[in-house]
Amino acid sequence: MSRMTIVTAGSDDVVEQITKQLNKLVEVVKVIDLTDGNHIERELMLVKVRAAGKDREEMKRLADIFRGSILDVTDKSYTIELTGTGSKLDAFLQAMEPGMILETVRTGASGIGRGERILRV
Amino acid sequence: MQLTGAEIVIRCLQEEGVEYVFGYPGGAALNIYDELFKQDKVKHVLVRHEQGAVHAADGYSRSSHKVGVALVTSGPGVTNAVTGIATAYMDSVPLVIITGQVPTHAIGQDAFQECDTVGITRPCVKHNFLVKDAKDLAVTIKKAFYLAATGRPGPVLVDIPKDITQARAEFSYPKTVSLRSYNPVTKGHAGQIKKAVQLLLDAKRPMVYAGGGVILNNASPQLTRLVRLLGFPCTNTLMGLGGFPGTDPQFTGMLGMHGTFESNMAMQNCDVLLAIGARFDDRVIGNPAHYFRSDRRIIHIDIDPSSISKRVKVDVPIVGYVADVMDEMLKIIESSNVRPDAAALKSWWGEIKEWQRKDCLKYDRKSNLIKPQYVIEKLYEITKGDAFVTSDVGQHQMWAAQYYKFDKPRRWINSGGLGTMGFGLPAAMGVQLVNPGATVACVTGEASIQMCIQELSTCKQYHLPIKIVNLNNRYMGMVRQWQEFFYGNRYAESYMDALPDFVKLSEAYGHVGLKIEKPNDVEGALKEAFKQKERLVFLDFITDQAENVFPMIPGGKGLTEMILAEEL
Repeated sequence: MSRMTIVTAGSDDVVEQITKQLNKLVEVVKVIDLTDGNHIERELMLVKVRAAGKDREEMKRLADIFRGSILDVTDKSYTIELTGTGSKLDAFLQAMEPGMILETVRTGASGIGRGERILRV
Repeated sequence: MQLTGAEIVIRCLQEEGVEYVFGYPGGAALNIYDELFKQDKVKHVLVRHEQGAVHAADGYSRSSHKVGVALVTSGPGVTNAVTGIATAYMDSVPLVIITGQVPTHAIGQDAFQECDTVGITRPCVKHNFLVKDAKDLAVTIKKAFYLAATGRPGPVLVDIPKDITQARAEFSYPKTVSLRSYNPVTKGHAGQIKKAVQLLLDAKRPMVYAGGGVILNNASPQLTRLVRLLGFPCTNTLMGLGGFPGTDPQFTGMLGMHGTFESNMAMQNCDVLLAIGARFDDRVIGNPAHYFRSDRRIIHIDIDPSSISKRVKVDVPIVGYVADVMDEMLKIIESSNVRPDAAALKSWWGEIKEWQRKDCLKYDRKSNLIKPQYVIEKLYEITKGDAFVTSDVGQHQMWAAQYYKFDKPRRWINSGGLGTMGFGLPAAMGVQLVNPGATVACVTGEASIQMCIQELSTCKQYHLPIKIVNLNNRYMGMVRQWQEFFYGNRYAESYMDALPDFVKLSEAYGHVGLKIEKPNDVEGALKEAFKQKERLVFLDFITDQAENVFPMIPGGKGLTEMILAEEL
């Protein structure tokens, strides 16, 4: 069995219809709306940035500010791993000159309920 | 016992008690066809186009409540079948479609007659399977039949690669099957049912609105008892006709875009609406905002939660089989002395009778031209209201729905959801096969009938004495009507020049053809046709070209914004 976190947008009516349609799929065991209560969501991003000359130190600092870690280093680039909500990852990308980003790959969100809230099937 | 995959497929069909398989052979399905050939329990009906196979299986199912089965080959066999599958999906018809596929090792290699069947059909099936191991075949087919017929019914497709039909596996057919993730709620919630009954008993201006779900769930007896017990007015959707007797005084006619004045007015003005197995679709409630009334309460019974509060918000949703829920309601009402307010009901019926006085289905009976409505009225009389009537899509479909009064369920067979032209004739084949000896009429138009006319050949091969009632107005009538009303009489491509001579065409296929051009000849021709019990008769009625379907609610308008015949 697999668990998927699906991110979507819509009014309450639209989200209700999406939930019902997902439940209607024969292979779906259970659907919950994580935003019905408190929840945590995280997304992983790997981003390769230009890191040569005067940019090298700045890139390291930016990664630190966003609590990213540098996974791979060449003399011209860093590969940074970053985890957080989608908007935090967006903010990291926006904090950089577009020309500095060489490559980006993102997982999409994974979500889980806060506290005692447990999804059992 | 070790059997080949093809043998397993046929054994499964035998175990399911399948009488007829509608299909068309081809390379990827040849092993299955070879096994069909070697036995005689499951009979095969050879159509002339795969769309016809699925429609025939569909008509077979709708008129009998059995699961219909179609068998087609890979690639074009599948793509031709898609229209039929989508038609069945929209109207929730239980079908199992078995499709040949190229061998597993060739999948994804652009093999001859390859297509991504599971991908192409995914949005128009209840579920589908690609079988990758012969030992999974039996359980997959069992699941397919189970899924098709339970919950909200629908078509289920099983795609079988050719090498799987050759491979050997142990065969044992499972008696039951369960899927962890598939458990439709079938029993209604007791508290909700009580709440609903209370609302019904307190209603001053009640209305019952019943759809195709009543037919699919064989719930007509419950609906009829409930409506009569309460003394409420009842309307049926296009898909629900026959769910409540069409000649019953409590029946107010079909509702919606081409529904009766009284049904639409009662829908709008009621204070409690009981919706049963219907889905408030856009041909019923064209404008949900216009329909909204803060002082109206809506009860909605349906097997599919996603049909509830989708277009119209309801107050008391009840998920479950409509027959079971109505049984529970009847139990509660019958065990108490409380009945609806008789005085209020009397004055409500007074209002409805006032609306009925509009006589919204009247038409010019003195015309020198054949009026299509008149043909349907005569068809109703001559078949004593007891025929199975299939139809295609367009004006003729609406006239058949308005003027043929269906007293029994499963007698009115049409493509309501998808609106598939070409449905009527092949559907009639399935109806006739599962109801041998019954009177079957296909009401159609000269445009629709040409979309699956090749099936006249199938009718000849299997001696299917269908009566085709062709309302020939030389136009795609419904398209022409919209162009007249909304496009300034610009009849863009809705006129067909060079129509075939349908009499000669029928004769060429080995049938009887009759052309009727005068109103006085209508009755005689119909009588003559229905006397011919052994022959297919094609009745080509040359009708008034200018006739329109009334009442009509323009798209997106409210239920009370009807255009009536006299207003033009």
